[in-house]
Amino acid sequence: MTAPAPLAWYLVLSAVLFGIGVVGVLARRNLIVVFMAIELMLNAVNLTFVTFARARPSMDGHVIVFFVMAVAAAEAAVGLAIILQLFRARETVNADEVTTLRW
Amino acid sequence: MLADFLIDVVRVVFIILLAVQIVAFGGFFERKISALIQDRIGANRASIFGFAGMGLVNTLVADPIKWLLKEDVRITGTDRLLHFWAPVVSLVMALVPFAVVPFGNELVIGDRHINLQAAPLGVGVLYVLAMVSLGVYGIVLGGWASNNRWALLGSVRGSAQMISYEIAMGLALVGAVLVYGTLDLQEMVHAQGQLIGGWLPAWGILYQPLGFILFFVGGVAESKRTPFDLPESESELIAGYFTEYSGAKHFMFFMADFVEVVLVSALVTTLYFGGWQIPYLAPDGFHVPGGGVVAVAPLLVTILGVVAFTLKMLFFTVLQIILRWTLPRFRYDQLMRLGWQGLLPIALANVVVTAGLLLWLGGHA
Amino acid sequence: MSAVLFLVIAALTVLGAFTVVVARSPVYSALGLVGTLFLIAVLFLSLDAQLLGFLQIIVYAGAIVVLFLFVIMLLNLQAELETLSAPGLVAAAALGGLALAGLVAFGVVRTPLGAPALADGFGNTVPVAELLFTTYLLPFELTSVLLLVAIIGAVVIGKKRLA
Repeated sequence: MTAPAPLAWYLVLSAVLFGIGVVGVLARRNLIVVFMAIELMLNAVNLTFVTFARARPSMDGHVIVFFVMAVAAAEAAVGLAIILQLFRARETVNADEVTTLRW
Repeated sequence: MLADFLIDVVRVVFIILLAVQIVAFGGFFERKISALIQDRIGANRASIFGFAGMGLVNTLVADPIKWLLKEDVRITGTDRLLHFWAPVVSLVMALVPFAVVPFGNELVIGDRHINLQAAPLGVGVLYVLAMVSLGVYGIVLGGWASNNRWALLGSVRGSAQMISYEIAMGLALVGAVLVYGTLDLQEMVHAQGQLIGGWLPAWGILYQPLGFILFFVGGVAESKRTPFDLPESESELIAGYFTEYSGAKHFMFFMADFVEVVLVSALVTTLYFGGWQIPYLAPDGFHVPGGGVVAVAPLLVTILGVVAFTLKMLFFTVLQIILRWTLPRFRYDQLMRLGWQGLLPIALANVVVTAGLLLWLGGHA
Repeated sequence: MSAVLFLVIAALTVLGAFTVVVARSPVYSALGLVGTLFLIAVLFLSLDAQLLGFLQIIVYAGAIVVLFLFVIMLLNLQAELETLSAPGLVAAAALGGLALAGLVAFGVVRTPLGAPALADGFGNTVPVAELLFTTYLLPFELTSVLLLVAIIGAVVIGKKRLA
C-alpha cells in the first residue's frame, strides 16, 4: 500500500509531538503529567522509527519499536510505583514540593 | 468500485445486525431460562391487544421503551462529559471486534469472490485483544465520573478484574495461534475443515481442550458475568460502577454486557468449534468418510455455513446464561487468586506444552 | 484525498498532545494521551505497520494509560489551580520545544525520502519474528529479563511499608 502522504510529513509530525513532549516535561509541575509527556516523546520517536522503516524499506525499525514499547511499559510500571510511594510519604505529587535534596 | 464499497457495507451491517439480534433475543432467553431454572414462569404480563407472546412483548417491546424513556438523572459535582461518554466507549468497544469474526465461507456471485468477514485483517486476533483492552476505559471512566465513592470502588475492582483475565485470555489465544500458525481468523476456520485420520473433523477443541476452557472462563470473567460479577453484583452493591446511570446510558452498559457475551460465544465458536464449518461439508458437497461425495450447490453450502455459525453462537450464549443462574458468585480475593494464581500458570503451561508437542510433531497442523 | 485525511489525523494528534500538556485535570491529560496514542496507532496502520499498530493499542493505550488512570484515581488527584512552573521556565521550555521541532523539520525537509514498493507481508508478524529470533535475539532475551525485574521492582516499591 502506498503511504497516504509524503513520508516527510510524518517526520514533521513526530518532531512536533516530541517538541510538545519536551514542553510538557519542563513546564508542568505535576509529576504524573510529566510522566505522560515522557510517554509522548517516546511515541514520537516510535513514529520516526516506523516512518524510516517504511522508507528504506526495512523491518528493523519495527523490531526497535517493539523493544521501545517493552521498555516503556517497564519504565511506566516502576515509575508509577515510585510516585505512589512518594505520595504516601509526602502527600503530594507536585515537583516543587519535593525539594529535600536540593541545596 | 462502488460495488466493492456496497459489499463492504453489507458485510459490516450483516454481522452487526446478527450480533445485535442475538443480544435482543438474549434478553428474552435470559428471562425464560432463568425462570425455567428457578421453577417459575418469568415475565409475561405486558401485552399488545392481548397478545403477550410468552414474554416476547415484555422483553422486546416494553423493556426498550422503558429504558429509552426513563428520566436521565443528571449528576452534579462531577464531569458530565466523561459521564456521557463512558457507556458509549463500553458499548462501541464491545461491538467493534465483530468486524474480524468470519461468519461464512466465500460467497461466489458471478466471478466475484466475497469473503464473508467484515474486515479481513492479517492480525485479527490482535485486533480483538486490542479492542477488549480498550473496553476497560468504559468501566474506569464510568466509576470515576459518578461522584460516588462506592461506584468508584466497583469500577476499580471491575477494571482490575478485566485486565487480569485479559492476560489469561491472551495466553489461551497464543496456544490457538501456535496450533494454526496464523493470526487471521478466517484462515483458522479454513484450517478446521480438515479431517484427522480421515474421519475426525479437525476442530480446535481437539487440539486445544485446555485452551478452550481457559478462553471461555477468561471471556466470562471479562464480560463480568456471574460467577465473576462482583463489580456489578445486583444483589449486593446496588449496581456497582453503573449505579449513577439511568435510562438510555444504563441501557448501553447493560447492552455492552450482553454484546460481550455474544462476542465470547462468537470467538469460542471461531477458534475452537469450527466457526462456520459443518463436519464433512466441503464447498462442493458432503464428503462422506470412506469415499463418496454428495453434491450440494455452492450457494447452499455457504448459507448452511452461516446458519451453522449462528446456531453455534446461540449454543454458547445459552450456555453462558445457564452458567449465570447456576453458579454462586466469587468473592473478590477468590476471583483475583483464580486469575493470577490459577489461570495464568495453567495458560503458560498450556503454551509450553503446545509448543513442545508441535516441535516434536514437526510443524503446525 | 488521502493527504487530506493524513492532515486531519495529524491535527487531531497534535490536539491530543496539547491536551496532555495543557489540561488542568490529570484525568483529562490521561484521556488526551489515549487519544494521541490511538491516533498514532492509526498512523502506524497507514504506514503498513499492522502488527505495531495493534500492539500500540494493546500495550500503550490499553495497559500503560490504564495504569496511569488507576494511579490518578487511587491518589484521588483533583484538577489543579496552577498547572505551570515559574514563567521563566515555561518560556524557556516553549522556546526550546519550538527550536527542537523546527530543527528536526528543517533537517527532514532537506532529506529525500521515497516510499518504495513493499514485500508481501511487510509489517506483519512473520518478518518481525524472524528478526527477533535471529538478529535481535540477545536484546529479546534481555528485554524479558528487564520486564521480570520491572514487575518485581514495581511490586516491591509499591508495597505499603509496615512502619
